[in-house]
Amino acid sequence: MLSKFNWFIFSLVSLVGNLPYQAHAQMAEPWQFGFQGAFSPSAEKLHEFHSLLTVIIIAITLFVLALLIYVVFKFNRKANPEPSKTTHHTLLEIVWTAVPVLILVVITIPSLRVLYFLDRVEDADMTVKIVGHQWYWSYEYPDNDDMTFDSYIVDEDDLEEGQPRLLTVDNALVVPAGKNIRLLMASDDVIHSWAVPSLGVKLDAVPGRLNETWVKVNEPGIYYGQCSELCGVNHGFMPIAIKALSEDDYAAWLLEAMEEFASNDNDNKPLKIASLQGKASVWEGSNE
Amino acid sequence: MSDHTPTGWKRWAYSTNHKDIGSMYIMYAVVMALIGGMMSMMIRLELAEPGLQFLEDLHFYNVLVTGHGLIMIFFVVMPGLIGGFGNWFVPLMIGAPDMAFPRLNNISFWLLIAATVLLVGSVFIGGGAGTGWTMYPPLSNSLFHYSSAVDYAILALHLAGASSILGAINFITTIVNMRAPGMTFHKMPLFVWSVLVTAFLLVTALPVLAGALTMLLTDRNFGTSFFAPEGGGDPILWQHLFWFFGHPEVYIMILPAFGIISHIISTFSRKPVFGYLGMAYAMVSIGAVGYIVWAHHMYTVGLGVDTRAYFLLATMLIAVPTGIKIFSWIATMWGGSITFETPMLFAIGFIFLFTVGGVTGVVLANAGMDIMMHDTYYVVAHFHYVLSLGAVFSMFAGFYYWIGKMSGRQYPEALGKLHFWVTFIGVNILFFPQHFLGLAGMPRRIPDYPDVYSGWNMVSSIGAAIAGFGTLIFLFVIYKTFTAGEKAAANPWGEGAKTLEWTVSSPPPFHSFSEPPQIDTKPEAAE
Repeated sequence: MLSKFNWFIFSLVSLVGNLPYQAHAQMAEPWQFGFQGAFSPSAEKLHEFHSLLTVIIIAITLFVLALLIYVVFKFNRKANPEPSKTTHHTLLEIVWTAVPVLILVVITIPSLRVLYFLDRVEDADMTVKIVGHQWYWSYEYPDNDDMTFDSYIVDEDDLEEGQPRLLTVDNALVVPAGKNIRLLMASDDVIHSWAVPSLGVKLDAVPGRLNETWVKVNEPGIYYGQCSELCGVNHGFMPIAIKALSEDDYAAWLLEAMEEFASNDNDNKPLKIASLQGKASVWEGSNE
Repeated sequence: MSDHTPTGWKRWAYSTNHKDIGSMYIMYAVVMALIGGMMSMMIRLELAEPGLQFLEDLHFYNVLVTGHGLIMIFFVVMPGLIGGFGNWFVPLMIGAPDMAFPRLNNISFWLLIAATVLLVGSVFIGGGAGTGWTMYPPLSNSLFHYSSAVDYAILALHLAGASSILGAINFITTIVNMRAPGMTFHKMPLFVWSVLVTAFLLVTALPVLAGALTMLLTDRNFGTSFFAPEGGGDPILWQHLFWFFGHPEVYIMILPAFGIISHIISTFSRKPVFGYLGMAYAMVSIGAVGYIVWAHHMYTVGLGVDTRAYFLLATMLIAVPTGIKIFSWIATMWGGSITFETPMLFAIGFIFLFTVGGVTGVVLANAGMDIMMHDTYYVVAHFHYVLSLGAVFSMFAGFYYWIGKMSGRQYPEALGKLHFWVTFIGVNILFFPQHFLGLAGMPRRIPDYPDVYSGWNMVSSIGAAIAGFGTLIFLFVIYKTFTAGEKAAANPWGEGAKTLEWTVSSPPPFHSFSEPPQIDTKPEAAE
């Protein structure tokens, strides 16, 4: 049985931490208090850790608030006309130095665990390379003949029923659900950042660098995100959509997509350093 | 007293008097705050509802975001807290006749005016800089911002930086050399301590920004490629240099606030500051640790995981001295005989709101957790809680605390309290829902957002309107103070106000002390 206090903490956490839990919360809800649902092992770990943090920071804030209220009522001029002269209390000063250190230790240990878990995956089932452009994303599948396609925002006027404004793209990144996917990030021009909140992924796409992270989407669905680094005029208009399919559906999609995007070659694009890296892998592939 | 005081415009333009220069800094900060605030009102107006209502030009939105950030940091908080209150009260509190280098003080101020002209100019030339105040290349490179607007902004920051460095040298020299006889470092008022630490941060951090800005300038104009990967440079180098300056900069803005709050809490509790030495050295350690945590602004740029683990641990450390300060303020009030004049209201408000901003800072310090929050409105909420509700509240607190001393006229108490409550309610409605928006994933710096975020954005904009109304009350307070304010006594606050500025008349004579005051009682550490 949960005690009343535990229930209080629990409801507080669910209010601030994870209120809108539902089967396919791929994007935020109106009037949402907390995170979007968690649909990857990373996001699950982050949710769990955030619940701990939420309890701690609310407790600290309420503690300080309670002290302030107490002081205001107990030590105002009417209640206490003669001020004390106390200016030191060594034990108290040691306590309020040591206790925060202990709290920080309690936070730091799970924090480091989460950090290292999120960093990268040892045994990736497949790799996707994500390249940021002003103002669209392109997705490359180096495991599948470097199949490449671009992903643009769908204009407001062209949206179909049920498609969210500013989040819908023409070609979503498609991945198989339940697989470890290595994500490589690069940029063609300025710095962008590829972020999908419900999957616990955010990594900058930096020109001249190749960044790596990973994702495993727990279940089929479509998950939305937005560019998260100011990248110019249309920064708010290069959304991210990632569609996770069951293994069979993914195989079927892959066949179709390789057909459809086969004509996409990069030869006509202006040559830039960032796209040169893509080229290099094309050449390597053709030597095999 | 027969001083040879210059009169008319010469008194101000040629001023070498720390009080007159301080007054000019404060007036300047108020004017710039109105401009920066106006920009934030335009931002909140656009964000009140989904879709684009008021701004046709999306680049202009980015210019607003950039301008709001730069103005509030470099042209409101720094000049207000350091140039304004620092200039006014550091010499008074240490019993010095003036600043060590009065002419340097003059050029510090006028360089800032030149910087303002360049920054405001950048908005009107070539469409303005839409880079964000962080000016990350390649976006700020000539390829993506080809007009000279960014060059103007760079030069504006160069001048503002030079102004601050000169000011900081002046403060360090003044504080080290010109303390009244008997005032040892450990008897120095905490505001003087805070300005001393701030001045050291300025002198060491700003040259790093100046170097980075110069590299960006030559990248843009002379074909170098410090930050351009196609020439062997690295955009991340900019971020390291910028945040090596940028993180101490955060403490540059908040440390003087700590100093002001300590005095106000002590004065209105009628008790000396609790744990004076702990308070002073907490500021010193916050300043020192502030240098080794910069990359917590860069958790998502692709740093190695061990590097992020280090910055996570180092950043966590800052919570300890900050906690010491919060608890010491409460302990100062504990056992006191507190009255709640407007400065005290702002100071108590500061403690609570700074705590809220502080605990979200602890959340953001976790490199893993930050993946969810980085570049979302959670970060916006966090730094507005520590700066807009922290630093700005301390400026209001300082204004009400010292306006009688500075102008010789006391502010109207009822209006001051009204200003506090309207502002307090407004800014909380404005910024608290932004935590929710951030957790739900809304990115920063976007002029339009998915419709699901519309509810809290509307609430936030309503809060902005209330806070804006609070600003109007503040302007009315200023008007009433100068037209109908009661004459202020030398010490209007009674037995709690122990520092030296309360021993001279209100306003103080042109040359504050005709002979150095003798310090025989400990002003802060009195048992």
